[in-house]
Amino acid sequence: MKLLSFLFTSSIGRKLIMALTGLFLCLFLVVHLIGNLQLFKADGGYAFNHYAWFMTSNPLIKTVSWGLYAMIILHAVKGIYLAMNNRKARQARYEVSAGSANSSWSSRNMAILGSIIFIFIGIHMGDFWREYKFGDEITWRSYTQDYNTQAVTWTEYTPVEGQKIYAKDIEGGHMLVAKDLYSEVYDAFRQPWIVWIYVLSMLALAFHLLHGFQSAFQTLGINHPSYSPIIQFIGRAFAILVPLGFAAIPLYVLFQ
Amino acid sequence: MSQKLDSKIPAGNLSDKWTQYRSSVSLVNPANKRNLEVIVVGTGLAGASAAATLAEMGYKVKAFCFQDSPRRAHSIAAQGGINAAKNYQNDGDSVYRLFYDTIKGGDYRAREANVHRLAEVSTNIIDQCVAQGVPFAREYGGTLSNRSFGGTQVQRTFYAAGQTGQQLLLGAYSALERQVGVGNVKMYTRHEMIEVVTIDGKARGIIARDLVSGKLERHFGHAVLLCTGGYGNVFYLSTNAMGSNVTAAWKAHKAGAYFANPCFTQIHPTCIPVSGHYQSKLTLMSESLRNDGRIWVPKAQGDKRHPNDIPEEERDYYLERRYPAFGNLVPRDVASRAAKERCDAGYGVGSSGMAVYLDFRSNMMNKYGRAEATKAGIENPDEATLVRLGKEVVKEKYGNLFDMYKQITDEDPYEVPMRIYPAVHYTMGGLWVDYELQTTVPGLYALGEANFSDHGANRLGASALMQGLADGYFVIPYTVGSYLSKEIHTKAIDTQHEAFEAAEKRASERIEKLMGIQGKRSVESYHRELGLIMWDKCGMARSEAGLKEAIEQIRALREDFYKNVRIPGKVNEFNPELDKAGRVADFLELGELMCVDALNRNESCGGHFREEFQTEEGEALRDDDKFAYVAAWENNGDSWTLHKEELNYENIKIQQRSYK
Amino acid sequence: MSENMNINLKVWRQPSDQNTGSFETYKVQASPDMSFLEMMDVLNEQIIEEGGEPVAFDHDCREGICGMCSMVINGRPHGPKQGVTTCQLHMRSFSDGDTVVVEPWRASAFPVIKDLSVDRGAFDRIIAAGGYVSVNTGNAVDANSVLIPKDTADKAFEAATCIGCGACVSACKNASAMLFVGAKVTQLSLLPQGQAERESRVVAMVNQMDAEGFGACTNTGACAAECPKEIPLSVIATLNREYTSAKLKGR
Repeated sequence: MKLLSFLFTSSIGRKLIMALTGLFLCLFLVVHLIGNLQLFKADGGYAFNHYAWFMTSNPLIKTVSWGLYAMIILHAVKGIYLAMNNRKARQARYEVSAGSANSSWSSRNMAILGSIIFIFIGIHMGDFWREYKFGDEITWRSYTQDYNTQAVTWTEYTPVEGQKIYAKDIEGGHMLVAKDLYSEVYDAFRQPWIVWIYVLSMLALAFHLLHGFQSAFQTLGINHPSYSPIIQFIGRAFAILVPLGFAAIPLYVLFQ
Repeated sequence: MSQKLDSKIPAGNLSDKWTQYRSSVSLVNPANKRNLEVIVVGTGLAGASAAATLAEMGYKVKAFCFQDSPRRAHSIAAQGGINAAKNYQNDGDSVYRLFYDTIKGGDYRAREANVHRLAEVSTNIIDQCVAQGVPFAREYGGTLSNRSFGGTQVQRTFYAAGQTGQQLLLGAYSALERQVGVGNVKMYTRHEMIEVVTIDGKARGIIARDLVSGKLERHFGHAVLLCTGGYGNVFYLSTNAMGSNVTAAWKAHKAGAYFANPCFTQIHPTCIPVSGHYQSKLTLMSESLRNDGRIWVPKAQGDKRHPNDIPEEERDYYLERRYPAFGNLVPRDVASRAAKERCDAGYGVGSSGMAVYLDFRSNMMNKYGRAEATKAGIENPDEATLVRLGKEVVKEKYGNLFDMYKQITDEDPYEVPMRIYPAVHYTMGGLWVDYELQTTVPGLYALGEANFSDHGANRLGASALMQGLADGYFVIPYTVGSYLSKEIHTKAIDTQHEAFEAAEKRASERIEKLMGIQGKRSVESYHRELGLIMWDKCGMARSEAGLKEAIEQIRALREDFYKNVRIPGKVNEFNPELDKAGRVADFLELGELMCVDALNRNESCGGHFREEFQTEEGEALRDDDKFAYVAAWENNGDSWTLHKEELNYENIKIQQRSYK
Repeated sequence: MSENMNINLKVWRQPSDQNTGSFETYKVQASPDMSFLEMMDVLNEQIIEEGGEPVAFDHDCREGICGMCSMVINGRPHGPKQGVTTCQLHMRSFSDGDTVVVEPWRASAFPVIKDLSVDRGAFDRIIAAGGYVSVNTGNAVDANSVLIPKDTADKAFEAATCIGCGACVSACKNASAMLFVGAKVTQLSLLPQGQAERESRVVAMVNQMDAEGFGACTNTGACAAECPKEIPLSVIATLNREYTSAKLKGR
């Protein structure tokens, strides 16, 4: 551990933490987005609810989730610490600042953007994750999928006390009894103000990623005349496509 | 010849002197070194290298610089390169040839033994700098690259683009900081030395002023090394840094050190011309440009056509015409005078008529463009192609200089020839030192440009860096031991000693006097006026009448200065105007001595050109019978006494210098 | 070319680190061919004539190499032009009637000495911590005994052209010194002569950099964009890499 203590004691170490946790979170975004795309399916939430159940019950995923929460906290806490420390490095501010002449807007506002995203994560998890795990307002559905036609049918389901989500194979198909997070999401996204919070937060995420993605590679010491343009291109594409994918869902639901 | 001037040149063959000296000089054992303190004033190439090396050897060193960091010393601005007799180019170079070129380039007014030693250690310097991580220019095979410089016919100049001084200084600076880091050197930045403290005739310390707080400090040292550079700023406009000054050397002079050959000033031929009265300094365009630039003026007087419109046959490449053997690469004094001659005769160009062209077009096209075209397999390239291809090569060699020129003049030198004119650049004169670099005050040494020793009446290009580092890395570490080995019983002297007391009192009284004047004129205006007098009458051409007039003018100006100067602010605070006032006060005294020296030297040699002494062709006319000596001036308060050190040439036959 | 221009200056005045500062406004007549510092000279002569205290500012070589001049001009270190120091900035970069705001480098690690002068001793201390090759005078082998490919030498030189002015720190919103440190680390890690101390050097320099109170790098790129010698941002990546690998090896 002594070997790694520099991650917490030196400026470059702290930046490395930001870079590594940041890149991990980027990876998570991809997984999360792929899952969310299930929301576009007109299957009454069969695929999505199945996915939501899998994500919250699989022991491996659960372990990774705790890691993820730790990463988010670490990224946020270290980020705030860095921002505060960096502010201390210049106590007297400039009268005129011409940041736009020498750096991108997003690079100068990472802490603000990050804070917006952090608050958003709180709202988002309160809306769905907390509700899904601990709340009792989510309704249940029972699905059956026909193996031959792949068609899914569902009915509302009234859970009993201590009801567990379950899935089982039945004759000629598959059956799932699960919390209907899908409808919960759709209900939420039919309210314009929630949609705008989501869309604006994704905008913040886009700008955060626009700088953060390629910055992480620079912090990791990767800067090469041939490879860096590729990283920058991927970073830009990532920063646009991933938040766009996320934002498309509430917009789709709202204007459906 | 005065009794006092013992140059201590070792006996023996010229080429054995230094080796024998090193083998027989007294040493100080490591335990004693720790108790011996050395003060180094100035942290340019000479000072930083000396401080670092002495600290490595075990001495306790205190280093002082007036800038905010030792890395800012003006050595940093040297552009072109550093000479060394490595003969890597296999073009016939040798220690002797470098020695010979330097003596000849100096117009036979330098001391043979010193110059030979300089040539000997020149090769060590390159090795040392490379080992420090100085990124010299290299060939594709990984070996070091060389270029030519004025006054030589071999390629022995090592360089790092147009920033050689910077790279060498950063090397010496890093060595110095390394010693600061381990506590062997105590570094005092933003400190100016304003008094030498002598006890029983020996230098024992200095009074320094902390330029931030304004407080005077006393520092003891068993020996004091002055590495404070030259005094070119006496001309106000020069290529020196704004802060470059003579103060430390002048205080040493007043404390008994003789000042040698003060009138030997180098006027560099290729500088950007003056553009307005507000101008604060002149910018050099490296001599290396003369490798590829051809100097010319129109053949017709007052020809105001655009230079690109003047056809080849109407251009006078006057250096190539007058000096076919060396052409554009004649030494600096020769090139400068030739430019002045053309301009004075009415052939000058530019709005002021005080400039000549430095033109790269023909070499860009014919030398580099054609070679590149051949490489690229282009047959019968047209002019535009040649220019385009050649431009790339020129850009790689001199890009930063061309950019700088454009920045200052707003003209693109790739398209239009540069306009250049000579400007004060370096001073060969300085504190008189013996072979050991010791001044006439025991324990007080002068290194680098601050001393007079190696360049005679004219310095060759790329030799200043060589001398600064030679003195600091390879000479003083031996020679100071000769003195310090006798000082091992001297305990550090308490700075409460009456000599320190008295020196501090002198310094503070001087400052109080300056602050008390509260007149009307700014320090700057005096400096500018002094500079004009010096440039007009003690510059590129000097005459008896002019010099006499200048002496009167300087005296009057000095008197006015002490009546009318206005220094704002207080003593005990950061007060750059006060710092400047102290320096200008010293220049006002030095300027007079320079004129006195120039007046005394009834001959023309190197950078010193007396109009009365020239050949029919306008070349400098030396008088070896009467003036083959170093003029060392002793300060008597209001006047000076001349002491002569005869120069004996045992290995080189003195002859008329010819670059034809 | 020599027509006059009227410039309104708003200059930061601060008696010392212990006092607070404020802006003073001045009017100056300048010529387009003047350098910015020559315009400041004119201002100071004017102030002295009026019996005031001239503006203290650092400057020395006035040819863009010593690194002493240090002014933030309209929010940009060394002013609006790229790749030049304040002393090489000419008034032709401004227009008649412009208002120009002049401030010192602002960073906690660079305390103000007076007006526009700041103390950059922190840079010296970083170099003293490790920015060198430990080779005592006299220890060197023949210069050509170690061959260095031209490419490597050129890259090392590019990094070595840093003039230590501190524009990088002043431009960085975090007042980070990574470009300065990165330049030296890059130079010496590229060269064979720098290998022996490669790891200890980078660790010592970064430790000192942190101790001086510079901020951490957030890769905004402002430093490289404002660097008068155009030191590239890649030196920071090199620094990160060198530091991390030295640390992982237990340095």
